[in-house]
Amino acid sequence: MTHIVEMKGMNKYFGKLHVLKEIDLTVESGEVVVIIGASGSGKSTLIRCVNGLEEYESGKLVVDGHPLAPKGGNQKALSDIRKEVGMVFQQFNLFPHLTVKKNIMLAPMKVKNTSQVIANATAERLLNRVGIGNQADKYPSHLSGGQQQRVAIARALAMEPRLLLFDEPTSALDPEMIGEVLDVMRELAREGMTMMVVTHEMGFAREVADRVIYIHEGEIVEQGKPDDVFDNPQNERTQAFLSRVLAH
Amino acid sequence: MEFQFQFDWQAAIDSIPFLLKGIPYTLMISFGGLAIGFLLGILFGLLSINKKWFLRWPATAYIEIFRGTPILVQVLFIFYGLPDLIGGPIDPLTAGIAAIALNSGAYISEVVRGGVQSIDKGQTEAGLSLGLSRTQTFWSIIWPQAFRRMIPPLGNQAIVSIKDTSLFSVIGVGELVRQGQVYIANTFTAFEVYFVVAVLYLAITLSLSLILRLIERRGLASV
Repeated sequence: MTHIVEMKGMNKYFGKLHVLKEIDLTVESGEVVVIIGASGSGKSTLIRCVNGLEEYESGKLVVDGHPLAPKGGNQKALSDIRKEVGMVFQQFNLFPHLTVKKNIMLAPMKVKNTSQVIANATAERLLNRVGIGNQADKYPSHLSGGQQQRVAIARALAMEPRLLLFDEPTSALDPEMIGEVLDVMRELAREGMTMMVVTHEMGFAREVADRVIYIHEGEIVEQGKPDDVFDNPQNERTQAFLSRVLAH
Repeated sequence: MEFQFQFDWQAAIDSIPFLLKGIPYTLMISFGGLAIGFLLGILFGLLSINKKWFLRWPATAYIEIFRGTPILVQVLFIFYGLPDLIGGPIDPLTAGIAAIALNSGAYISEVVRGGVQSIDKGQTEAGLSLGLSRTQTFWSIIWPQAFRRMIPPLGNQAIVSIKDTSLFSVIGVGELVRQGQVYIANTFTAFEVYFVVAVLYLAITLSLSLILRLIERRGLASV
């Protein structure tokens, strides 16, 4: 197996606030890593560092063989990494001025110079795959939240990423729509997609994750197989967190 | 002595052909100036939100200077002041267009800045995360959305600038108000002539409002 992500002694500050502390983490190709923790623990910041949406201050980060230096790294490394790493956001961030299909076609055409014909075919294939092939010509605002998030996943997949980052992909959804998004993610995991997922969906974490990571105040406090972390947490802070989120 | 005033419709109607000669100048100064002002507005509006202080600072200075001084002073400065500097006269039409361009450019800069800043940060992040460069992200994702939001304030500025051209009678450019003054000098029918002048301005601004409303409706239909 090859490392897709390698973090060594990574530190990140927001002003004086130390949000990531000495992070050591490697993610292997094909692995599904779920990151859990309280809000403000730094879990979103951690995955946003992977594609350079956040800069870090010290340590080392290598993504799919491209070293991304602290304080923004260089533009070449950033653009190489972003071509290979897709991201799905909590707020979907679809482009409201483009139809669903154009949302998906934009990046392949602009970044990879894919022809319109091929980009169009890819978009249709991906929309069918996430179960909304019939919505291709609508604008995002005419879709439900769950449908919008599935478009966002299709949009990320169109770039044929080697790694997909999910930043709380179901947190902005109405409860009845969470399932349809998790289904798509479950399917991707089954097909072998490498994924780093920040989520509060503990059921999904237990079922789909190869590894669960618990972050507390910017530190990786505990990690392991989901059954071990959920059923037999070693660290008392993990125990306290899990008893709070699993209680209801 | 009893004073009676009668609105002389015939005088009003007679003045129309002469006044209409001012319309091409009014339109040329307005829309010529606004077209350049729009380009200046995009340029300085974007510079004013640049991270680099040496780009941001001159843009902010330009905006503050041309928003903070009267357009009448600006056009007098350009027409009477600048020739001393460049060593040759400036024709009134050029001076008028330049004044509208520089003045509306400052206001449009603020419209551009506001429009761009109103677009959610998540849009930029989505573009970057897909591998688009900052430039690609801006022009294919941020700008089209920002531009749509800019249409109403741009229309507002266009109407203000059209009316501002009336001040340029002071530099002798033959626009609407100037034509009116010249006509009145011979006929002494001030009330009737200025009434027609006002109606002609209203005709221009109302047509523009109508066109803008149509554009707005079409632009918003998809979002």
